[in-house]
Amino acid sequence: MWKWLHPYANPEVSYHFAGKLKPWLGLSSALLLTVGLIWALLFAPADYQQGESFRIFYIHVPSAILSMSIYLAMAIAALSSLVWQVRLADASAAALAPIGAVFTAIALLTGAAWGKPMWGTWWVWDARLTSELILLFLYLGVIALHNAFDDKQMAGKAAGILALVGVINLPIIKYSVEWWNTLHQGPTVSKLGAPAMASEMYWPFVLCFFGFALLVGAVACVRFQTEIITRNKMRPWVRNLVTSEVN
Amino acid sequence: MQFDSFASFLDMGGYAFYVWLSFGASAALILLLIFSTLFSHKNARANIARQVKREQRLQQAQAQANVSESTSQ
Repeated sequence: MWKWLHPYANPEVSYHFAGKLKPWLGLSSALLLTVGLIWALLFAPADYQQGESFRIFYIHVPSAILSMSIYLAMAIAALSSLVWQVRLADASAAALAPIGAVFTAIALLTGAAWGKPMWGTWWVWDARLTSELILLFLYLGVIALHNAFDDKQMAGKAAGILALVGVINLPIIKYSVEWWNTLHQGPTVSKLGAPAMASEMYWPFVLCFFGFALLVGAVACVRFQTEIITRNKMRPWVRNLVTSEVN
Repeated sequence: MQFDSFASFLDMGGYAFYVWLSFGASAALILLLIFSTLFSHKNARANIARQVKREQRLQQAQAQANVSESTSQ
């Protein structure tokens, strides 16, 4: 496996690999999101209790799931950078942090806009909402640490340690609705097993989820490329690349 | 199709403000992320290209200075 993975530890190979990947991720994301969001807004049935406000579900749940998955990916990258000294892992962790922060903010905002008509309040300090807010602060801390040092290696180390310490928050978010009796409802869709919802609501959700996930992939590719060239700006291949290509 | 008319679609069964706030804010944040990502990538490339050009000019100037120095002697 190491023999197979080894070329991807080379920044130049990874840069071009990300470049090849990004149009496919971007296109498939645009396709899935167009179909998924039109389905969610126009054709999915209204909930029998929540009415049309249920349509917020189709962005709230995908972005909440992604906010945690991106954090896990970032923490794994931080771990491989700290333990195995994989240089590129720092670049991918730095690339993922702002994307995760945006999806966490979306989850919180849509949650507030859904909570107001359903619970009668924009915000409560319940376990699920508070732990998700802490996730946003963790992301902001990681971003701040990545930008706080001129030495990118030192920045990566500091941000990586914060990212790893913050992993403890992930199970707290996930199980908060089971451990504590909260205002937030329990999980509607579990990754494994049959969904506890009607199929005409489940499929647009699946499309939206994968649409957002592929969008994360496409944006991560571009940010990863940016991180690679800024970390390797003295290398001849980067210098040839930026001076030869127009785009 | 769940809605009879465009007006009822916009009304979202009385939840118009909350539904459109969610979709609007999410779209705005995602577009901001995409554009800032593309902008910073372009910016990073332009910065490195500028630095390369500056160094090339410096090298050229130094080479010229060396040439004029050797001819004046």
